[in-house]
Amino acid sequence: MGERAEAVETMNATSEKKPKATREAYGEALLELGKKRDDIVVLDADLSGSTKTAKFAKEFPDRFFNLGIAEQDMIGTAAGLSLTGKVPFASTFAVFETGRAWDQIRLTVCYSNTNVKLVATHGGITVGEDGASHQALEDIAIMRALPNMNVIVPADAVETTSVIQSVADQIGPFYVRCGRAKVPHVMPDDYEFVLGKAYTFHMGRDVNIVATGIMVDAALKAAETLSDQGIDAGVINMASIKPLDEAVLLEAAQKSKLIVTAEEHSIIGGLGGAVCEFLAENCPVPVKRIGVNDSFGCSGSSSELLKLYGMTAEHMVETIKSSLSI
Amino acid sequence: MNSATKGKITDVEELRKVAKKIRINILHMLTQSGSGHTGGSLSAADIATAIYFSKMKFDAANPKWDERDRFVMSKGHAAPLIYAIMAEAGYFPKETIDTLRKVESPLQGHPCCQKLPGIEVSTGSLGQGLSVSNGMALGLRLDNNPARVYCIMGDGEIQEGQIWEAAMTAAHYKIDNLCAVIDNNGLQIDGPVEKIMNIHPIHDKWEAFGWHVIDIDGHDMEAIVKALDEAETVKGKPTVIVANTTKGKGSVIFEGKVEFHGVTPTEDEFNMAVKEINNG
Repeated sequence: MGERAEAVETMNATSEKKPKATREAYGEALLELGKKRDDIVVLDADLSGSTKTAKFAKEFPDRFFNLGIAEQDMIGTAAGLSLTGKVPFASTFAVFETGRAWDQIRLTVCYSNTNVKLVATHGGITVGEDGASHQALEDIAIMRALPNMNVIVPADAVETTSVIQSVADQIGPFYVRCGRAKVPHVMPDDYEFVLGKAYTFHMGRDVNIVATGIMVDAALKAAETLSDQGIDAGVINMASIKPLDEAVLLEAAQKSKLIVTAEEHSIIGGLGGAVCEFLAENCPVPVKRIGVNDSFGCSGSSSELLKLYGMTAEHMVETIKSSLSI
Repeated sequence: MNSATKGKITDVEELRKVAKKIRINILHMLTQSGSGHTGGSLSAADIATAIYFSKMKFDAANPKWDERDRFVMSKGHAAPLIYAIMAEAGYFPKETIDTLRKVESPLQGHPCCQKLPGIEVSTGSLGQGLSVSNGMALGLRLDNNPARVYCIMGDGEIQEGQIWEAAMTAAHYKIDNLCAVIDNNGLQIDGPVEKIMNIHPIHDKWEAFGWHVIDIDGHDMEAIVKALDEAETVKGKPTVIVANTTKGKGSVIFEGKVEFHGVTPTEDEFNMAVKEINNG
């Protein structure tokens, strides 16, 4: 059985599960973690119902700290808790977590190298109707720029569960970006996240799509369409944006004619930026970045917005075909 | 018995002598380095000396000792002060103070916890130390650890909004294993605090935020020790000591002079100041 056939089989095996938001999986994983380990503490900034940390709060009220609408204080408090040996998970929407408290993250989390886990929800445009003020499209870029920070964007509930366990087990600062909207299951049930390791569904000979978060599902659909049209398109889930899986990127660049990056983020500084930086220095090949093209988001349903910003499987197919024909 | 309790000074006259030594070492390292913050290091010298040498449990040979009291210099530009104290307390050899602000020195321009064991958290970007102190105090409380947390802020620093977020948090969570100190020296880089951005009435503001507030002369060693004692007895709310101080305290060369916020003494000024401190 070839890689591709295996990947299709994997998809069939998981597609029966209902779609689930990664924030939902986060809330559940956190609760399980709390049951197993009493050093886990959770902080939120008045959004625990939305970030799903409320599940943990209900079960372990003594280990949950709501800081109110005060993200900067939340980050500092999390750093302090970590300095007494606790493993704090601090959550709010991605815009506020990374933007409002960036200097706090820089000084007391990254520069101080404290064991703080920042798990943000509501990343990207699929936040939907709340509009641009609430849609983080720059968070990956500004977290990735910080020394000591690890950046992870899980693609589905299965991956989120594994990521949360993994970051709790590792020492150091982590930024994990979850989403609001329900997403299909794309990862195999027995998948285990490893920091710095991508998951290759299939290595393509014509093009390889390096995707993260919800764009992994779109990439798989696009690859299937392209395959029907005789184009061998690979799909790589790069959940670990920092550190990047450089080995798999090198292989993908050497084996195909085009690399496409796909992320629910600005094409500046995120996964696309990271991939371009690496490939430009190590294996220069044509790269096409799919994401939000240097603009803010807007209100609308998540499916409407994905269409509007050219982030659907159909758009990906068109982009790849036109790029390959050049 | 480890060195935690060894050397705890209860005699006020003895503390004054230590504070003199601290001031001279601050000026020594600033004169050597040629850059750094003179005024705010000198103004908080008596407070920090009293906290470290009369109150805090710590073990310089084991900076991560679980039962240690925690100290956060939220006004990170007073780094020379904390370095002078740590040298005196034996965290590192005294000659290390000559490396202040030099490449690869553990004595960075602002405190760095990754380079200098004994610094709990890196500071320098103002307004952040109180939040971290709250977090440490909450963590200690979860563990039933009786250790206490001390945090020195600047008066100009409390212009930062995050300080007031943290002030709410400490009162909301009834954090009584924390004692904050405001080094109320009245000056910030651009001029008098009340002219740049008035923060008064300091006492009333903190009281309104739910804190136990103690006002003292921040250079009166007896008053400082008494206030630190009082803070330990306050239960169910955090305590802040508003220490009224003189920026550049120790020599007329620097006292009350805004230009000495970030300017260091010349050799001559250093020699004159040392004489004045020793005679004071």
